[in-house]
Amino acid sequence: MGRFHRHVDGAEHDGSHTHHGDDAVLRVPQDVSASTSSRPEVGDLSGYETRPERIAVLEAIFGENDRIAAANRRDFTEAGVRVVNLMSSPGAGKTTLLRETLVRLHGRTRIGIVEGDIETSIDADRLEGLGASIALVNTGNGFGGECHLDAPMVRSALARVPLADLDLLFIENVGNLVCPAEFDVGEHVRAMVYSPTEGEEKPLKYPVMFRTADVVVINKIDLLPYLDVDLDLFHANLAAVNPTARTIALSSKTGEGLDEWIEWVSRV
Amino acid sequence: MHELSLCRSIGTIVRTYAEDRPVQVVHLKVGQLRQVVPDSLSYCWALVNDGTVCAGSLLDIDHVPAAILCQECGTTTVLEQMRMVCSGCAGTHVTVVAGEEFLVTSIELQGG
Repeated sequence: MGRFHRHVDGAEHDGSHTHHGDDAVLRVPQDVSASTSSRPEVGDLSGYETRPERIAVLEAIFGENDRIAAANRRDFTEAGVRVVNLMSSPGAGKTTLLRETLVRLHGRTRIGIVEGDIETSIDADRLEGLGASIALVNTGNGFGGECHLDAPMVRSALARVPLADLDLLFIENVGNLVCPAEFDVGEHVRAMVYSPTEGEEKPLKYPVMFRTADVVVINKIDLLPYLDVDLDLFHANLAAVNPTARTIALSSKTGEGLDEWIEWVSRV
Repeated sequence: MHELSLCRSIGTIVRTYAEDRPVQVVHLKVGQLRQVVPDSLSYCWALVNDGTVCAGSLLDIDHVPAAILCQECGTTTVLEQMRMVCSGCAGTHVTVVAGEEFLVTSIELQGG
């Protein structure tokens, strides 16, 4: 453990000792403060008449999220809908890419979008009028807004998503390179949008996000002539954390490379 | 950044086991590949626990280093940095075998 922590007798010490059955498989009550019971003259111990008890738990903290994610995935699969969890930093171009995707697949693929946004409907509004069914999830309720979508939030949005009428569902996550990577929402694949303006080192700084992606879209390649970014180095950094990720280079603005993306989303 | 929602999940688990007894310590196992900031977690833990059996309890975090197993040569590599490369053969056909843990291992309850 190697950290300071406090015991019920008030003793504070570093974590160099074995901490009362560290394997946590013990179910019987354990004496976690032998010194307390042997020194009854110390302070008011009326609250400690019986020994503190250690209970083994061994529960995954994401357990509840993962159960709901599994239920979402089951519903998606039963309805025959393939689901893409789309993630990126803020401003990398998720919504613009989605818009271009809707334009190109209009009339060919029935698309739904679950749109995660902290406060506004701006992104959802940008996607209106292109034939897609859009359900907005504002994550700003309560304590300052969530930085990610989790499985229960997506589940609550599904009441407004006509799964039976869809082929493909995009879950546009909250723009953030940290938290969304941690939460399974029930998707079948994960796609990331990376913008070269973010620099080559991002896979090393946000390895969990980059490691989790099945495909990494390198967006805004029309800007490359104006940037000092070294894309070979980006590819090397990506390979270091995620050797199997597929990359698709494109520009949502000029349309270059979009065919490859459209082909990929058509086969997820 | 998501420590608040993590703490809510931890609280739900802990309260199930504690029933109505005051909780003194919550032991967690947290893998290195989990993006959890211990100080933020402790701070949020105090925030979400007001008025519950967890009020005033401490989080004790057991950190688990990340390790990968090479599918080519069988070498296990403990990761110093996040590079999915085998230290034995430099291969990249590896699977993560440790570092993704994120669980409540046990709790200490006040006697009663």
